Amino acid sequence: MVAYILVAPFILIYGWMFIYPTIQMVQMSFTDAHLIGAGKWVGFKNYTRMFKDPTFYKAVVNTSYFVALTVVPGTIVALAIALMVRRLKGWVQSVVLAAFFLPYVLPISVVYLIWNWLTNTQFGMLQGLIIPIVGEPVNIWRTIPWFMPGVAVITIWWTNGFSILLFLAGLRNIPQEIYEAASLDGATRRQMLTRITLPLLWPITVLCLTIQLILQMKIFDQVYLFAVGGRTQSTMVMVQYIYEQAFQKNAGGYAATLAVALFVVVVVFSVLQFQILRIRGQR
Amino acid sequence: MSQTTPRRRIDLAGALLTTLSLICALLWFFPIYWAIITSLRFDQDTITQFSLIPNNPTLSGYIFDFENSKLLTWYMNSTIVSVSITVIAVMVAACTGYAISQLSFPGRTALWWTILASFMVPVSALIVNHFIIIAGIGFLNSYLGIILPMLLTPVTVIVYKQFFDGLPREFREAAVMDGATEFQLLFRVFLPMNWGITTALAIITFIGAWNAFLWPFLAAQDETMMTVTVGITAVQDAFGVAYGRLLSGAVLAGLPVALAYLLFQRRVTQAITLSAGIKG
Repeated sequence: MVAYILVAPFILIYGWMFIYPTIQMVQMSFTDAHLIGAGKWVGFKNYTRMFKDPTFYKAVVNTSYFVALTVVPGTIVALAIALMVRRLKGWVQSVVLAAFFLPYVLPISVVYLIWNWLTNTQFGMLQGLIIPIVGEPVNIWRTIPWFMPGVAVITIWWTNGFSILLFLAGLRNIPQEIYEAASLDGATRRQMLTRITLPLLWPITVLCLTIQLILQMKIFDQVYLFAVGGRTQSTMVMVQYIYEQAFQKNAGGYAATLAVALFVVVVVFSVLQFQILRIRGQR
Repeated sequence: MSQTTPRRRIDLAGALLTTLSLICALLWFFPIYWAIITSLRFDQDTITQFSLIPNNPTLSGYIFDFENSKLLTWYMNSTIVSVSITVIAVMVAACTGYAISQLSFPGRTALWWTILASFMVPVSALIVNHFIIIAGIGFLNSYLGIILPMLLTPVTVIVYKQFFDGLPREFREAAVMDGATEFQLLFRVFLPMNWGITTALAIITFIGAWNAFLWPFLAAQDETMMTVTVGITAVQDAFGVAYGRLLSGAVLAGLPVALAYLLFQRRVTQAITLSAGIKG
């Protein structure tokens, strides 16, 4: 009996804010509802529309492009940084780690303001790097080929602290004796890295990759903030399209359909991640 | 003697790597440093001075923000919202994690699957329906409306459950024999055994709540109900190109979470490795 008192608040919150909206979302995706108010049942009309909608494909392609630009490159950068930080000792290590981790705890709007200033076309510090290469200042957030790579670089800068910490924890869990034994056998630094460190870090690497993959598929904030005021159609990502259909086009039913699509994709990848975690746990 | 040559070469390589690490760390930190420096300049100086140290420092950007925007209100909103979310979410997670780990009751398995399911589901797909539900009960532009959907923190429940699972059975048996109730067990025995976990989870929940953007952005359209993270980007158009003022706002918005991290570095690290399912 006391068990139910303990879990009652949980059931209330998750029933009201998770299960109920999930059911409502699926139900709504079969209607032509506006944002507020019930709609008529239209069967699979929203779904057939989605699969013929060029903006939907655009959003899928842009989201995939962003995932490709961030997940693997970001994880490689995080691994490199973790290997660097790992060598340092004492307070130097703490300070260097804090420098790499600090961006992760900042709100996205702060990250946006910082980088919007750095990339300002007229006065931004970063134009000093861009001008020698391109020959002229670039308005990154209004130039389509620059937009996604720009957002990707900032996202890696912002979210990498998380992966760095996981890699550092993984490095700490490698027993020191393995390195001692290897050095007795005359192994070089490079051999220790490629034959011991990297293979033993592989499970952590897979974990970082899946966490990043799931996180970056849900990209919205950065793209929205940097694109606001511009032509958002060409840089549209999945969550942003849901947002646009629901809150700007007042098409609740169609937005719910798009949300179901995102839902299904993310759940598939999450189940995959869960399986990976379980396999790790069983060993 | 032949041993000394390779050792020297390794030390040289090591020194080079250390220097490289320090340079990378400085470059990585530079955007934040540059934002702080810019926030200490007069607006007209931000576009003419590019020295790494401000030669004419001023707090005018900060003063302007306090006087001409709703920064104080947003700060209060963010504090109320983040503290409420932290307290409620951590309490609920501790109770739920405890019940699932230590008690057996019908529906326990279903509950555990609900937690795992909510862990896998993208909350950003639910924004439309969260909006409809919150609007339906007239909670838009209210603290409760901002707080409710952000109470979904399944990872916290999972971490608590695993922590309680790892404690020896004897604690519970001994306390039950002494006639302790489940609430006494949880709050007097189990949680005090490791306040570190609760601290770590509370800090990471607070940082997450303070930093949330998408939901507060949808739920609080009224300027007086905005959180600071939403507010500082909403005033941008009103300010025009005034980077001194904009970045003063940014520094203030980032300050509480940056401090929370710097003061509790070890706890933040612990929370992150725990939530990823790694032994730190």
